[in-house]
Amino acid sequence: MKNSSTHPNEDLQAIRDIMERSSRFLSLSGLSGIFAGIIALMGAAITWLFILDSGHVHYDEFLRIPGGGTFSGIRLYLALDALLVLGLAVAGAVFFSQRKSRKAGQRLWTNSTRRLVLHLMIPLVAGGIFILILVLHNNWGLVASAMLMFYGLALVNAGKFTFGEIHYLGLTEIGLGILAGVFLDYGLLLWALGFGLMHIVYGSVMYYRHERKR
Amino acid sequence: MKNPISNLQKVFENRIRLGIMSALMVNDSLSFNVLRELLELTDGNLASHLKALEQQDIIQVSKQFIGRKPSTTYQATGYGKDLFRKHLAALEDLLSNQ
Repeated sequence: MKNSSTHPNEDLQAIRDIMERSSRFLSLSGLSGIFAGIIALMGAAITWLFILDSGHVHYDEFLRIPGGGTFSGIRLYLALDALLVLGLAVAGAVFFSQRKSRKAGQRLWTNSTRRLVLHLMIPLVAGGIFILILVLHNNWGLVASAMLMFYGLALVNAGKFTFGEIHYLGLTEIGLGILAGVFLDYGLLLWALGFGLMHIVYGSVMYYRHERKR
Repeated sequence: MKNPISNLQKVFENRIRLGIMSALMVNDSLSFNVLRELLELTDGNLASHLKALEQQDIIQVSKQFIGRKPSTTYQATGYGKDLFRKHLAALEDLLSNQ
């Protein structure tokens, strides 16, 4: 870094660069991703083993149940499972971000945090409402696809305000969401891939790139 | 025509001070550690430039507790922000007159 300068062009470039970099949310920890991924895989396993009875209940647009069980029971358990996964993943994200910001001597709730959360929430809330609409019309087969798609869009939207990896995680989720929409039978598998494995992969990459040396 | 160079602020001719101030223009407050990583500086180097900016009332220092740990954070003062905007405008004038 040069100490003195009389080049307005370079100065303005440096100002823009630092303003841009310093307004990113850097308290996001890769550990949040790894934790969320593990929780999601556990949630998917519970869904597969207990709620869908190891595949005896077909996860497609009709949620067919051969031989007993009630629709409403399955719906309730699926919703509870999903809410539990969401709640624990968000709690993990807050916990690990708090830890990282504390280490840096920064407050967690800053302008950058507000901006990140806002841009994340707009597509996410829209997606949540859309999924409730799908459920209302009994169109269960597209729920996994919609979750992946809207989550991916939310990440791409918020990716500008934090680490670059989030942008690519978002694109990956969108891709998986498209696949889940085409191959309805693989909805749960692709959901586990997107919310489970991809969180762990990207979380590990972020952890090794940005946090390991500190 | 007014000479734009007269509006250039001597204090911001140093690239490090310019960097500190750029970061504090878009953030309410930043800690010492975050500034150090952002600008890739050593402790001593950053501290001396922060001191210089503080002495000219361009930034203010506050000590606070984040969790249980004390943390030193820095904020741009209103005066500092005005000065920086003037400097920025002068740089842009210079550029458009070239």
